[in-house]
Amino acid sequence: MYDTGKILIGVAIFLIIAIFPFLLGVGDSSQAPHPVVLKAAGEQCIESAAYMRANHMQMLDQWRDDVVRNNDRTYTNTSGKTFTKSLSNTCMDCHSNKKEFCDSCHDYSSVRPYCWECHVEPKETN
Amino acid sequence: MEESRRDFLKKAGMGSLIGLGVFKTLDKIGVEDAFASSTKEGTSGTRLGLVVDARKCKAGCTECINACHAIHNVPKFEDPKDEVKWIWKDGYHNVFPSKSGQFIDDETKEKPFMALCNHCEDPPCVRVCPTKATFKREDGIVLMDFHRCIGCRFCMAACPYGSRSFNWNNPRQKDGNKLVGGKDIDPSFPTRERGVVEKCNLCAERLAKNLIPACVEACPEGALVFGDLNNPNSKIRQILKSNHSIQRKPELGTGPSVFYIV
Amino acid sequence: MLENALTGSRKYYNWILCLLVIIGAGIYAYAQQLELGLGITGMSRDVSWGLYIAQFTFLVGVAASAVMLVLPYYIHNYKEFGRIVILGEFLAIAAVVMCMLFIVVDMGKPMRVANVFLHPTPGSMLFWDASVLSGYLVLNILCGWVALTAESKNVAPPKWIKPFIYISIPFAISIHTVTAFLYCGLPGRHFWLTAILAPRFLASAFAAGPALLILLAIFVRKVSNFDAGDKAIQKLTTIITYAAIINLFFVGLEVFVAFYSNIPGHMHTFQYLFAGLEGHNSLVSLMWVSTILGVVAIALLLIPGMKKKEGVLIFICIAIFISLWIDKGIGLILGGFVPSPMEHVTEYSPTTLEILIVLGVYAIGLLILTVLYKTALVIKERNEVK
Repeated sequence: MYDTGKILIGVAIFLIIAIFPFLLGVGDSSQAPHPVVLKAAGEQCIESAAYMRANHMQMLDQWRDDVVRNNDRTYTNTSGKTFTKSLSNTCMDCHSNKKEFCDSCHDYSSVRPYCWECHVEPKETN
Repeated sequence: MEESRRDFLKKAGMGSLIGLGVFKTLDKIGVEDAFASSTKEGTSGTRLGLVVDARKCKAGCTECINACHAIHNVPKFEDPKDEVKWIWKDGYHNVFPSKSGQFIDDETKEKPFMALCNHCEDPPCVRVCPTKATFKREDGIVLMDFHRCIGCRFCMAACPYGSRSFNWNNPRQKDGNKLVGGKDIDPSFPTRERGVVEKCNLCAERLAKNLIPACVEACPEGALVFGDLNNPNSKIRQILKSNHSIQRKPELGTGPSVFYIV
Repeated sequence: MLENALTGSRKYYNWILCLLVIIGAGIYAYAQQLELGLGITGMSRDVSWGLYIAQFTFLVGVAASAVMLVLPYYIHNYKEFGRIVILGEFLAIAAVVMCMLFIVVDMGKPMRVANVFLHPTPGSMLFWDASVLSGYLVLNILCGWVALTAESKNVAPPKWIKPFIYISIPFAISIHTVTAFLYCGLPGRHFWLTAILAPRFLASAFAAGPALLILLAIFVRKVSNFDAGDKAIQKLTTIITYAAIINLFFVGLEVFVAFYSNIPGHMHTFQYLFAGLEGHNSLVSLMWVSTILGVVAIALLLIPGMKKKEGVLIFICIAIFISLWIDKGIGLILGGFVPSPMEHVTEYSPTTLEILIVLGVYAIGLLILTVLYKTALVIKERNEVK
């Protein structure tokens, strides 16, 4: 092909740029963070931790529409218990430390939900 | 060589479009009904409304405004052009431009009249909203979905009463703990982001807990009455039956649910 | 074919550079707006639409005016327009892109623009406006590109493009009618609540758009050896004359209805625009400039022989364009917000950042226009030489 030298150099530069984040992380063995779960021992979250970890995004998205658009403010979990659908007033009631609970995972995975632009963060007490 | 490269690009383009577009779109499109409200004739279903007995309003009193703006985290901007307000006072001719402005009696001239969203039966704002971010609930309240609002401000142009405010700036102060204007943020209700429209929501969050709207509760003179306009036995209907009441700009066909006894 | 736009004279490169600088300034200003909010503009609770939506409304008209070339050429076989239809279509593309950009910079939450299509609302005119604008853009790109490609290969355009060209005609009318519907269906705004708003929009569009096209055609004649032809240009002046007179007539009708009926709601905005209301009169001189320019331009168009002189013609076109830009952009949109629904008068004046964003969007439109025109002209010049 034409310009073989230039092309190969270009490909090499591209590869270095593409795997650059992995090169940076070589030797770093940090695990994914474990968020602080509950304020008081013995209290149950509305669903299991595994379920929430996988589904809390869709759940909150569904809750938004349910509460605002349909005035459907009660959530019945898989075991029949009822809760008020509210991020600030239900979820954050138990998971009262936003930094440890929400941000530790979100910062790690570079997720930036805009909930807290409007919804009020619980005040840091502990 | 040139011909087949073009063909390849065409095929790749079509393939991506079909792959990405069709299924995603089918998944996401929800054609909801914005007008889930009571019937026009008002014979069935709830129709929530207010009566403002302006005779009882005291000049200088701002209890309803303070209560509403406090529990809903409404900011106070110094520059009037950035103003956000859900309920406010204005003169007779401003609130009722359709009414005569000539030879108004002294009392009416001095008195403040409350202006707020009328939660119309046939709201022009709901009609024009391109995303149904403002919508009419079954019980008659016209609500905002702040998650969906794109900030086009078409509803502000459409509202014949000037009831709506836009968040031209961030309603929170830079440090995030106070509202612009200095008030503390009430943690039980969200603030809004800059870029969305807001207005009176008839305290939908309080109604859900069987409480009456904050303005009605806060009025020391009992000038505000709240109830179901479609229930002929409700207190609000009794008041309307025995007092002459007016609406704002009734000739526009919006069917306001806020009545004034002047 | 677009590679034709990559090479040019020194002046061409300088022009592109100028545009890029203005675009850069606009991007900087828009970044400020994204960060701080629309509060950096001059808009207010009472005047909730300002320069951005005003430009959008005006440019939809300019985009629609491409139909004034397409219709005579394709439906009525007016051969003289054949050479410059592409100029009209490419102008339409640039104008529609500017319209869309002005909508995006006006939105409080531009990242949510997909909501308009994820939650379609057939009852909302803004939904239809977004749809027909997108459709019109696609149509013009398709028709313009296919026709130009055919010309570059010295063949007639393929038959299958004809239906798209024909569809673009009702689309052109509809984009401007739907834009008028944004305004004329709102019950609280008496200045806009008139059946003649859509006809007024169309009339002023068919005057302003062809005026711009004539200016572009004359400019093109100077910088390349492509000549649109005097016949085509003079025919365009005929269209402008009729459209401008009809527009003036419509405005006169509005003024009559307002002032003969003496209804305050109808009169107040005219009073604000042309005389001042409650001491507020920031738009008065601008509105009178617009009126005088419009009348003078029409007079010059009617005086025999005037429009045949190129210098006068250029003046006429600039005058009509500016007159209608003020009338439709500034007068119509801002006027609708004064007085407010609660009878207050709040004035509006754009801020510096706002003006930078407006200029940035115009520069993007001009850049698109430059690139497209350069592409077309290289091909046309090549064919001329043959």
